[in-house]
Amino acid sequence: MRRITRLAPGVGALAVVAAACAPNNHQDSLNPQGPYAQKIDTLFTPVFWIAAAIFFIVEGMLVLFAIRYRHRKGRPQTPPQIHGNSRLEIGWTILPALILVGVAIPTVSTIYDLARTPTGNVLNVNVVGHQWWWEVDYPDQQIVTANELHIPVGEPVYVSLCAAGVGYGGVPAPNECQPGPPKGAPPSAVGDDVIHSFWVPELAGKQDVVPGRTNHLVLQADRPGTYTGQCAEFCGLSHAYMRFKVVAQTREDFDAWVRAQQADAVAPPAGSLAATGMNDFLNGQCIACHAIRGLQVNGQPLTANGGPNLTHLMSRSCFRGCTMPITRANLEAWLRDPQAVEAGSWMQLNPKLSQDQIDALVAFLMTLR
Amino acid sequence: MASVSVPGETVRGGLLRRPRSTAGFWSWVTTVDHKRIGILYGATAFFFFLVGGVEALFIRLQLAQPDGKILSPSTYNEFFTMHGLTMIFLVVMPLSAAFFNYLIPLMIGARDVAFPRLNAFSCWLFLFAGLFIYSSFALGGAPNGGWFGYAPLSTVEPGNNMLFYSTGLLMAGIASTVSAVNLAVTIINMRAPGMTMFRMPVFIWMALVVQFLLAFSLPIITVGLFESLFDRRFGTHFFDPAAGGDPVLWQHLFWLFGHPEVYILILPAMGIVSEILPVFARKPLFGYQFVVFSGIAIGFIGFGVWAHHMFATGLGPVANTAFGISTMIIAIPTGVKIFNWLGTIWRGDLRFTTPMLFALGFIAQFVVGGLSGVTHAVVPADYQQTDTYYIVAHFHYVLFAGAIFGLFGGMYYWWPKIFGRMLNERVGKVQFWIMAVGANLTFGPMHILGLEGMPRRIQTYTPALGLGVWNLVVTIGAFTIAVSVLIFIGNAVASFRRPKDAPADPWDARTLEWTVPSPPPPHNFDEIPVVHALDDFWHRKYAETEEGTLVPVPAGGSGDPRSDDAHGSGHGIHLPSPSYYPVIAALGFPLIGYGVIFHWWMAVAGAVVVLAGLYGWAFEPAAE
Repeated sequence: MRRITRLAPGVGALAVVAAACAPNNHQDSLNPQGPYAQKIDTLFTPVFWIAAAIFFIVEGMLVLFAIRYRHRKGRPQTPPQIHGNSRLEIGWTILPALILVGVAIPTVSTIYDLARTPTGNVLNVNVVGHQWWWEVDYPDQQIVTANELHIPVGEPVYVSLCAAGVGYGGVPAPNECQPGPPKGAPPSAVGDDVIHSFWVPELAGKQDVVPGRTNHLVLQADRPGTYTGQCAEFCGLSHAYMRFKVVAQTREDFDAWVRAQQADAVAPPAGSLAATGMNDFLNGQCIACHAIRGLQVNGQPLTANGGPNLTHLMSRSCFRGCTMPITRANLEAWLRDPQAVEAGSWMQLNPKLSQDQIDALVAFLMTLR
Repeated sequence: MASVSVPGETVRGGLLRRPRSTAGFWSWVTTVDHKRIGILYGATAFFFFLVGGVEALFIRLQLAQPDGKILSPSTYNEFFTMHGLTMIFLVVMPLSAAFFNYLIPLMIGARDVAFPRLNAFSCWLFLFAGLFIYSSFALGGAPNGGWFGYAPLSTVEPGNNMLFYSTGLLMAGIASTVSAVNLAVTIINMRAPGMTMFRMPVFIWMALVVQFLLAFSLPIITVGLFESLFDRRFGTHFFDPAAGGDPVLWQHLFWLFGHPEVYILILPAMGIVSEILPVFARKPLFGYQFVVFSGIAIGFIGFGVWAHHMFATGLGPVANTAFGISTMIIAIPTGVKIFNWLGTIWRGDLRFTTPMLFALGFIAQFVVGGLSGVTHAVVPADYQQTDTYYIVAHFHYVLFAGAIFGLFGGMYYWWPKIFGRMLNERVGKVQFWIMAVGANLTFGPMHILGLEGMPRRIQTYTPALGLGVWNLVVTIGAFTIAVSVLIFIGNAVASFRRPKDAPADPWDARTLEWTVPSPPPPHNFDEIPVVHALDDFWHRKYAETEEGTLVPVPAGGSGDPRSDDAHGSGHGIHLPSPSYYPVIAALGFPLIGYGVIFHWWMAVAGAVVVLAGLYGWAFEPAAE
């Protein structure tokens, strides 16, 4: 019931219907699942009720006056000529001001509360916004992944938000973005450093990802589960497809996930189709942008240069901004023509891949567990 | 339309012969009559209203259900960008300008605006800027980076799309700046004898505040647009962090303009409502001074709240606190206005004409937008709300259910004055109710969609979000609004089939424009009125006893103005003469714009046209 009335202004009657179809979508700002989202909700609820009260008072007066003072046939059209009333004016200036003071005090304290850097057992994560996917870096654990943010429950996560920047690669330092390419890195073909906004409504408010700046956000989940998020700042053609999920796990599960992610990729057995695919991967266009931990070219480890790190691709559930499940068919479609799958995709295939290459590459990618 | 007789000698002082047609196409192109220019503004704005509305309908078709396939991402981005640009710069602003142009001289007892040719120039430049921006659809793609044009997206994306945005808005900005200066000078300098500042109608006060807001805010966006244009076209780095620029600079420049702009859009409607309510309540506006001062206060504070559009940008807790509090403060004068409007209808004798319905609808719906606005000032709540459909709901309650309702009220109210014909009241009321139902069906559920996780400006959404039902309701609402607009068009067309028989004062109104015939003669007033009080015309018709009881004055209002036409259509009154030069000067600007985008020689040609227009203008006497 609370959620219904909370949404009521102007559509009171409609809101009743809302209860019937209120989604359990894991992207609902009215359904906070952690202390930071809860603080916002706790602040918003009383403000909503104050606004609702003022709404009903004003609309009530409007309707009442409209009925009470409507012209009736035969009544002389000579209403009393009231020019104003200074006492009333002062009253309805001061009263709202006092209400707003009452709203402002908890507002300001919550602003500072949310801006505080968490202390204690804190997980540091750097999230990098790309057109149109999210890179997720764990600098302390030396993990780079994409579109899925794994966190332990009950612990604050200090998210540093970075824009991709030209040539952004490797694992950056904790809590700081590294705009610009690392020294000596080749210039990237990917110029996707635009503004994004990181938003997981059930765990925190949103925070913009701004090129040239490091913004921070704290989030925390109380219970294990999957919480969905989405880029909230318009960022070009496939803005609508820039989604992600936060996977909250128990500490044990999280630790296990970390260990698995830290492992190097295992090369497929020689002679298999996957091995052919790995060969294509290492000798083709792929390594211009993508890296896989544990593989080398000319004795050098691969560095990601604008594309997602693919080390444990199959451990993720989704790609393309977490809007497509990772399946054989989807990977094939993507490799056949990325722009057909995602409007404006930065993944340029030149020349296009042959069906044999696609089969081999997909076979290889599906070994990356 | 009757002409002002000018003795027939042909003057060949300038480059071109003085235009002499008083009817037909060329008379409209060369007119400098503020009333005809007002009608041109209104017609142009209404045309763009239909275009922007069709774009909105396409957007709603696309979003009616999850995984919509009606519009491709690139077309969708063009449509939502153009919808916003159109409705703000090509509809609400010029529709307000239409009322300003038509009414300011009539309401202050003047014969025209201070600079009539400049007025024509503003009008044509606005039209050409609009057509210029829309020509982008045929020239490789329309603006697609949002009406807010955030850098670096607007400066790095391929294509000329956002060049049309920056150059087009620069042109529209010139038109608005010129018009702002013109109208401010008119209000300050050309009031009839006796019309002191505090005898001006509230609409005129709000118009004055808006002109100052325009004059001070447009230079800021002009700087931003030039920087954006230079980044894009000439490779400068104002917003490029890799070269030491800052994308957040654009946001500050844009919103330092963009928030006063919100008040530029809403204050005219507030002025219109403040004129309509007293007439149909048959009571003076409650707390005239307080309404005026709160309008001025909104104007000033409106420059101090811009960063509430940027709470999630990462400005830090100090800035977020300051702008949260200033945003709460601006709610206070806004509330004062609402309470004064309620005070106006309190104990009145209310006649629910169509204009009155729209005015009351404005109040009822604007309150929703105002209250949701206060929830944005609660900064942490805005961390959730910003860039979601909750925001879309908020500003459409302010700008559609508010400003557009006020402007429709104004159209019904002044239609008989402007065209000499009444709109059909019964049809008007039907239109009002359909429009009100449509507006609330469209924008009410958006609050829910936003809070349940639907971001703005997404071309589609996944069924897993469970947002399909409300989105369908919103789409149905949008088409309901479209039906109401069609009804209005029908009403307007039908009015021109009826005889031109509107009386001078059909509503028993209070302000000077109702003392002259409908439509007014080109010279407005046979004799410039002498003003003795606020609502002077009302006081000529009605006296007040000590207790505030209304007593009609016998033969008040000095009878039917038509029969009072002793001076024979204003014979001997010198009015500014029509001129070709404003439209010529305005015509050069889009050429310069194409030059900036395509070939430099077009810019040179455009500059020559502008200079030729200004040169001829300078050597042409204003009146002969």
